[in-house]
Amino acid sequence: MDFSVLVGGAAGQGMDTFSHLFEKTLKRCGFHVYAYSDYMSRIRGGHNFFYIRFSDEKIYSFSEKVHVIFAMDKETAEIHKSKLREDGFVLSEDLIADILKKLKNPKVINTVGLGYILKYFGLPMDVAVQLIRQEFNENIIDINLKALEEGYNLAKSRYSLSTSKDENILINGNQAVGLGAVAAGCKFYCGYPMTPSTGVLNFMATHSEDFGIAIDQVEDEVAALNMALGASYAGVRAMTGSSGGGFALMVEALSLAGMLEVPVVLINVQRPGPATGFPTRTEQADLRFMIHAGHGEFPRMVIALRDVEDAFYQTARAFNIAEKYQIPVLLVSDQHLADSVTTVKPFDFTKIKIERYISGSEAVTDEEYKRYKFTESGISPRILPGKIPGQVVLVDSDEHDEWGHITESADIRTKMVDKRLRKFDLLKEEIQEPWFIGKDNPENLIVCWGSTYGAVKEAVDELIEEGYSIGALVFGDIWPFPTKGLLELGKNAKRIIDVEQNATAQLDSLIREEALMKSTDKILKYDGRPFSGEEVYKRVKEVL
Amino acid sequence: MNCEYKLYEPSWCPGCGNYMIRTALKMALEELKIEPHEVVLVSGIGQAAKMPHYIKVNGFNGLHGRAIPPAIGIKLANKDLKVIVESGDGDSYGEGGNHFIHAIRRNIDIAHFVHDNQIYGLTKGQGSPTTAMGQKTTLQFDGVKVEPIKPLALALTMGAGFVARGFSGDIPHLVYLMKEAIKYKGYALVDILQPCVVWNKVNTFAWYKNRVYHLPDDYDYTNKEEAMKKALEFDERIPIGILYREEKETYEDRFDFIKNGPPLVDRQLNPMDAERLMEEFK
Repeated sequence: MDFSVLVGGAAGQGMDTFSHLFEKTLKRCGFHVYAYSDYMSRIRGGHNFFYIRFSDEKIYSFSEKVHVIFAMDKETAEIHKSKLREDGFVLSEDLIADILKKLKNPKVINTVGLGYILKYFGLPMDVAVQLIRQEFNENIIDINLKALEEGYNLAKSRYSLSTSKDENILINGNQAVGLGAVAAGCKFYCGYPMTPSTGVLNFMATHSEDFGIAIDQVEDEVAALNMALGASYAGVRAMTGSSGGGFALMVEALSLAGMLEVPVVLINVQRPGPATGFPTRTEQADLRFMIHAGHGEFPRMVIALRDVEDAFYQTARAFNIAEKYQIPVLLVSDQHLADSVTTVKPFDFTKIKIERYISGSEAVTDEEYKRYKFTESGISPRILPGKIPGQVVLVDSDEHDEWGHITESADIRTKMVDKRLRKFDLLKEEIQEPWFIGKDNPENLIVCWGSTYGAVKEAVDELIEEGYSIGALVFGDIWPFPTKGLLELGKNAKRIIDVEQNATAQLDSLIREEALMKSTDKILKYDGRPFSGEEVYKRVKEVL
Repeated sequence: MNCEYKLYEPSWCPGCGNYMIRTALKMALEELKIEPHEVVLVSGIGQAAKMPHYIKVNGFNGLHGRAIPPAIGIKLANKDLKVIVESGDGDSYGEGGNHFIHAIRRNIDIAHFVHDNQIYGLTKGQGSPTTAMGQKTTLQFDGVKVEPIKPLALALTMGAGFVARGFSGDIPHLVYLMKEAIKYKGYALVDILQPCVVWNKVNTFAWYKNRVYHLPDDYDYTNKEEAMKKALEFDERIPIGILYREEKETYEDRFDFIKNGPPLVDRQLNPMDAERLMEEFK
């Protein structure tokens, strides 16, 4: 079984609540869920909608062919009628208008609809009742329970789905990143609200008191990364995040992180640019920007997050890498991953290892501690300010000598540049190869990165079922760029199909540069909407 | 305990006010009996911002205009460190103006010493945010066309709890101001007038010397209106001293877990602590 529901209406009508309750009810009934929200950059009015897909098997994408449209306003049914399956059903506001009149409360349209749809699929009502009791303010529980029941009683069951044991969690990309950061022991997070990255800031703020995480809503993103660097210099794990425009303001301090060799983790939850672009929509157009941002030459790592599970584990891993190499680690997400809510096995916290690489007095082998001591690896032992009496830690944005003191020496300059860049060579040994999905040694090789993973996975599975020799490499670690798997599979493949959510095929350009290979076909999308599995399937099939 | 602060050879011009400010800083820290490893000097870029290289303490010499944000991060991460921002007028009031304003709103416990020579030194003589209207400079050769910022008045209107002005030519007085600012729990601004012997031919040592006067002994630094008058007095006479002082709750103390616990840097980290957050998503 595999069903999809689209709920649409104006901002402020309570769609978020409907979606949340519906998704969680489905999860607790043992289904796998994938929900994507399409919303406008406004607080009231306009047209927003959610795709909520559920199945008894693991699903990786949303679906644009829906079984039910819940139209909370008149225009929803009209806008989305092409997405309704032939045997589909529209739950219009007219159908439940009598109930709303009876209850004298038009606001409960969402819970009436929820009751209706649960019954339509033959699902029990008690899970939703429990959720409403748990999550709603006391003064609105009764009216919503009544609304749920009225909707439930009005509907006739079209399906009779059977429930099963629920073993999953329901989480979105921003929350998974936040959870990864908390698990990794992040003790400082700052940011300036910017869609679609604000969810990470909200998550960290929610758990600030409980976990002792200092949170600062900064005056601007220029302050954000500088502040995080200060916190990290003093010895806590520190992180900041924004979307592309905010990241642009952090670029100066990114270069500073490279020069100071102070570890830091930051996340860019991408949205379409240039400039303000589409504030609430999705794109993968900051890849080159993330890799190259910052004046001067310094090592960094860029990790693209592929799904919520990956977001959790990679965020935690980023802190270890940042501290091991004393570099900035940049996580790349996007609105699609940030806002998509999916079911997944509970994260395994025993897999999270905290490795700090902070030295004590044994690192002070000279009379005065050298923050930038020349070493074979390029990594200098790091002590923390205030922790060793008699020793001070000096970091400097000027070119500096081993103690951190400003210098004009040509010799030291050359050695310092080499020292910093040696860390990049070492980092190359640390990187993870892309995930491979599909047939071994496929004739057709898809290359993609980040959140397109789910849609590509569904397309590949479908095409294999149809007999195609196809597979996909899904890049997570993307800078330094891992080439091993790509070179192996690429040399035998007849086609290399680049699938990306940008207009200039940025991954493809990276492949040409780093692996001296290029794609035969490009499937690009830059309309601000994410790929569904169906769209990737259709467009890949066109080039096969 | 060793509270002696080693000095390094500076590259400042002979006669620069920075020498006296460094002397005062060394004396203030030594008299307060704070060890060098307990202090962090945070600076941006400029001649004043080179201070962490010329006196042995922990130092975060960051970017131009960006001295305050790392200082905030440092203090939140380790409340036991004494955090001092030491930078110039261009760094603090120009490039870093936004951070200056918002640092005051936070009232985080840092001392901010602004070396205010009313000119850009390192970039060779352009007007700074505190250069007087009409003053000729290497860039504004027909005179500065914008009003100078009034940092003390701005700080007062923003609600700063410690607002002071000093003069590099009056070291004992400056040592006193620095000590009070470092001891003050909260954001403490000390605007330090200093001559730039190369680029500012108007606000010379003599110019300041002839104008500055100590606030009288009976001056009431809890009177904000009076403080505002003194903050705006910058003409034939320039008052130096603590213009305003008020005890306020600090930013870090508004985080209960910082106020009542060990410094964040000393917390034990255990990934399993976060596992209970899974409940929220079940």
